[in-house]
Amino acid sequence: MNVATAVSRPATFDVGRIRQDFPILHEYVHGKPLVYLDNAATAQKPQSVIDTMVRSLTEENANIHRGVHALSERATKSFEDARAKVRRFINAADAREIVFVRGTTEAINLVAQTYGRTRLTSGDEILISALEHHSNIVPWQLLAEQIGVHLRVIPMTDAGELRLDQYEGLLTPRTKLVSIVHVSNSLGTINPVREMVETAHARGIAVLVDGAQAVPHLKVDVQALDCDFYAFSGHKMFGPTGIGVLYGKRALLEGMPPYQGGGDMISSVTFEKSEYNVVPYKFEAGTPNITGAVGLGAAIDYLERLDWPAVQAYEHELLAYATERLAGLTGVRILGTAARKASVLSFVMEHVHPHDIGTILDQEGVAIRTGHHCTQPVMERLGVPATARASLAFYNTRDEIDTLIAALGKVQEIFT
Amino acid sequence: MSDLRELYQEVILDHNKRPRNFRAIAPPSQKAEGYNPLCGDRITVYLRLNGDVIEDVAFEGSGCAISKASASLMTDALKGRTIGDADSLFAEFHHMVTAPADAAVETGRLNKLAVFAGVREYPVRVKCASLAWHTLRAALEAKHDVVSTE
Repeated sequence: MNVATAVSRPATFDVGRIRQDFPILHEYVHGKPLVYLDNAATAQKPQSVIDTMVRSLTEENANIHRGVHALSERATKSFEDARAKVRRFINAADAREIVFVRGTTEAINLVAQTYGRTRLTSGDEILISALEHHSNIVPWQLLAEQIGVHLRVIPMTDAGELRLDQYEGLLTPRTKLVSIVHVSNSLGTINPVREMVETAHARGIAVLVDGAQAVPHLKVDVQALDCDFYAFSGHKMFGPTGIGVLYGKRALLEGMPPYQGGGDMISSVTFEKSEYNVVPYKFEAGTPNITGAVGLGAAIDYLERLDWPAVQAYEHELLAYATERLAGLTGVRILGTAARKASVLSFVMEHVHPHDIGTILDQEGVAIRTGHHCTQPVMERLGVPATARASLAFYNTRDEIDTLIAALGKVQEIFT
Repeated sequence: MSDLRELYQEVILDHNKRPRNFRAIAPPSQKAEGYNPLCGDRITVYLRLNGDVIEDVAFEGSGCAISKASASLMTDALKGRTIGDADSLFAEFHHMVTAPADAAVETGRLNKLAVFAGVREYPVRVKCASLAWHTLRAALEAKHDVVSTE
């Protein structure tokens, strides 16, 4: 399929022009222009992603990998092209290392139930961190119940940085897997994943990285990180929901049993025995999310047309501006003050519960997330039941930050 | 469009800031815990019953302004009333906060509790307003599990 779009590569970063690519940013909410600051929950989609998905459904909808007819061939090519784009996007060595899944959560569950169930045994340890999203905690707890492995946790500082001084000590002869988040969804901390992988590998321990919040902000190179698994979701990187990626080193993937059984993951089936397909198809039972994968490919095309150093400089500057404005408000405390941070601003306000902040901001058109952000252990560690979280993307502006600050002024006005 | 002042009425802000009956009853004749996983609100409702009369009712916990004020006003409204009164007040209260925004609701018997009428304009906040009441029900039924709004 031809995925040509109207967007051309901007010479430098022009946020006004970028915003033209995202139709939803021109919506109104409660009569106010939408200020979308909930990007860590899900990012908005550029027109090129929407158009590509519509075109996929309009012009080439068919099932893949089996039809001899023209439409099926077209759909198969688009689907496999998307896999090739993902490979390039994270610089995997081989497209066969790219497994399409529903999202980060399914990717981690897949590793837990295949690699975990066959390579780990009772008494083995899995090391995670204090910053993990529930999706990188619960799959391991399920595995712990099933086979008797133990979960250990790298603690963090008050600033939301991992206690790396304790990391090595937590790697024991029983540690079989380290599973850590690249960028924290609730605090924005960027973990030194490459160094952590190196330390684990020096002891022969495999590492899974949850990259859900990293791919929209960082240039990820899985070969440079040298991680064994890398998991992420399409919808947080400007693609559709329901599609995500598990990257796994080929030798590891080949040694793992299938995740689910069904069509497409087999090479032959008799009632006595089935032969499994090769990787990655062995892990892709059933008709996959074809439109989603094609949409994810379009999101990658979009991201690759951007000038990334300019994008990152812009995001960095915007986060600094937002942090400064927020810190200037009386009674506001920012949670998560790591030296290396992505575009997440978690905060609490004296005498006002985050949920009340969220409702009042919504009336001003400002969308933020409030609650525990699926990181209850982080909340407990910081001694708060919940936070308000503004999470930024490269299409946000200083004006929008000003709107947020003004809306927070309104919160204080109501609650004083 | 809804006005925030309809939701955050003075009475609600006052009860949020200075919640009434914000204490434990030791020993209670009944108590229950409530939890709203959406916003992390936690509440414990304590009761001292004399027959079917609620002699004392109090609560502890943390939560948003709506849930805290609702618990506070609930305890004020129920002291000295019968379990039957509590049931019918809850029914009316629940109807008021969940009725369609354009429907007329009778709030005559709810008295001060009528300040929560604005909640129905904010469907995600209905659970905040009703957490204390669900927890009260659990306490009256002497349920020992934590009640959850989810």
